[in-house]
Amino acid sequence: MNEEIIIAGFGGQGVLSMGKIMAYAGMMQQMEVSWMPSYGPEMRGGTANVTVILSDERISSPILNHFDTAILLNQQSMDKFESSVKPGGVLLYDSNGITRHPQRKDISIYLVEAATESGKMLTTKTFNMIVLGAFLKIKPLISFENIVKGLKDSLPVRHHHLLPVNEDAVKRGMEIVKQVQ
Amino acid sequence: MGEKKLMKGNEAFAEAAIRAGCDAYFGYPITPQSEVMEYLAAQRPHLRTGMVLLQAESEIAAINMVYGAAGTGKKVMTSSSSPGISLKQEGISYLAGSQLPCLILNVMRGGPGLGTIQPSQSDYFQATKGGGHGDYRMIVLAPASVQEMADFVRLGFELAFKYRNPVIMLSDGIIGQMMEKVELFDQMPRLTEFDQQWATTGKTTDRERNVITSLDLDPARHERHNLKLQEKYRKMSENEVRFESIECNDAEYLFVAYGSSARICQKSVKIARARGIRAGLIRPITLFPFPSEEIDRMAGKLKGILTVELSAGQMIEDVRLAVEGKVKVALHSRMGGMVPSPEEVFDALLKSFSI
Repeated sequence: MNEEIIIAGFGGQGVLSMGKIMAYAGMMQQMEVSWMPSYGPEMRGGTANVTVILSDERISSPILNHFDTAILLNQQSMDKFESSVKPGGVLLYDSNGITRHPQRKDISIYLVEAATESGKMLTTKTFNMIVLGAFLKIKPLISFENIVKGLKDSLPVRHHHLLPVNEDAVKRGMEIVKQVQ
Repeated sequence: MGEKKLMKGNEAFAEAAIRAGCDAYFGYPITPQSEVMEYLAAQRPHLRTGMVLLQAESEIAAINMVYGAAGTGKKVMTSSSSPGISLKQEGISYLAGSQLPCLILNVMRGGPGLGTIQPSQSDYFQATKGGGHGDYRMIVLAPASVQEMADFVRLGFELAFKYRNPVIMLSDGIIGQMMEKVELFDQMPRLTEFDQQWATTGKTTDRERNVITSLDLDPARHERHNLKLQEKYRKMSENEVRFESIECNDAEYLFVAYGSSARICQKSVKIARARGIRAGLIRPITLFPFPSEEIDRMAGKLKGILTVELSAGQMIEDVRLAVEGKVKVALHSRMGGMVPSPEEVFDALLKSFSI
């Protein structure tokens, strides 16, 4: 197993922490993991992305041009990364703010209305966990239990009262994700 | 051993510093290595081991604090990124001249000048050929993973004290910023109780005074001092070469790359092998001393060597010196914070040798 993932969106959407929770959960399952963020002018300009690799083998390059899965959460990311999904790969996106939907015919496309859904929850900060839930439904590579462990590790203790709502968000994401192609 | 964590390279370096029994860290923040001091500050190392953490007023101040503290025989360190490391060069030359052990980390970013905060490997010359004045060398360790960002702290201190010489870890923005699984070594004691025979810790009546200086105005004596330093560097070259070879046994084409470039090349090797091209990778772990012998040993059976660097081509000079024209050595270079993909590197191999 070797899963190469790009997660891209606006800074503040929780792109980096979503990736970190995935990597942490993968590590809990004895996988090799890497998490490589954009840390430069991109982030300062408002967009953030992270490459996460989960693998049974030692990971070579943490920087990639082609991905098994792209999780794209704004239009800029769609423009930049749609073409980098490997043929037969997966593109997961939220249609909120998307003006040009994905065009590729050789990949599987999934939609998760996470922005809308997070508006119905206790806090809209659950957005990234809804997206993560959608990914888990499509590719059940990491277990829900380990995601919860990852959440605990990455949320500061003062926010631990928000663990249950985040867990609900992951479950909600698993329920509402739809395959559109 | 055994404690596994998900950490950034910079954080792993900082945690390893505490665990290696470092006595003091002096630094000044700069992207992309600011997490080193941030992590140390959050850990409050003075409570964990008694380690001193001090944010200096500048990089120059920090390296001179390293000089002073190293003179007392303590395990001390500093870290910075390229422009800050340039500022430290005078101090590094003095440390080398005075034969003081210390560990320096450079998380390289693009230059020249303020350049960019994105990753680069363009400080190879500075680290390996002596960035400050005078005939000196440092052992240069090139970590290519978060694990090595931790492990090389311990190794770096060992080597620094073995040779009474500064050791530099030459990392870059990719290795510093990425998170990977890291297995941390157990807490080691600080050197506080150890007595370094050469250190200036207060003269006792039963010995000559220890002097730590890089100044000697007597030419004959100063030449002897220089010869002694050169003998030390020769010993380093003899004993401390480290490298990793990947898929080299039957290789016809060889990548030579260190640090993050080596990680990218590992994938390029896989791509090449999948296409039936017998490619391998030599990853120098020490850049000084350089694994020249190993590369030369392989040269005879190779059809070509491609060095891959996030610079205009610096390490390639050492590769060419190693093979002395026995085989064509080509370069794939990216600069300014741009990073090649594994496919791009593979294409460069095809193009360079008309495969």
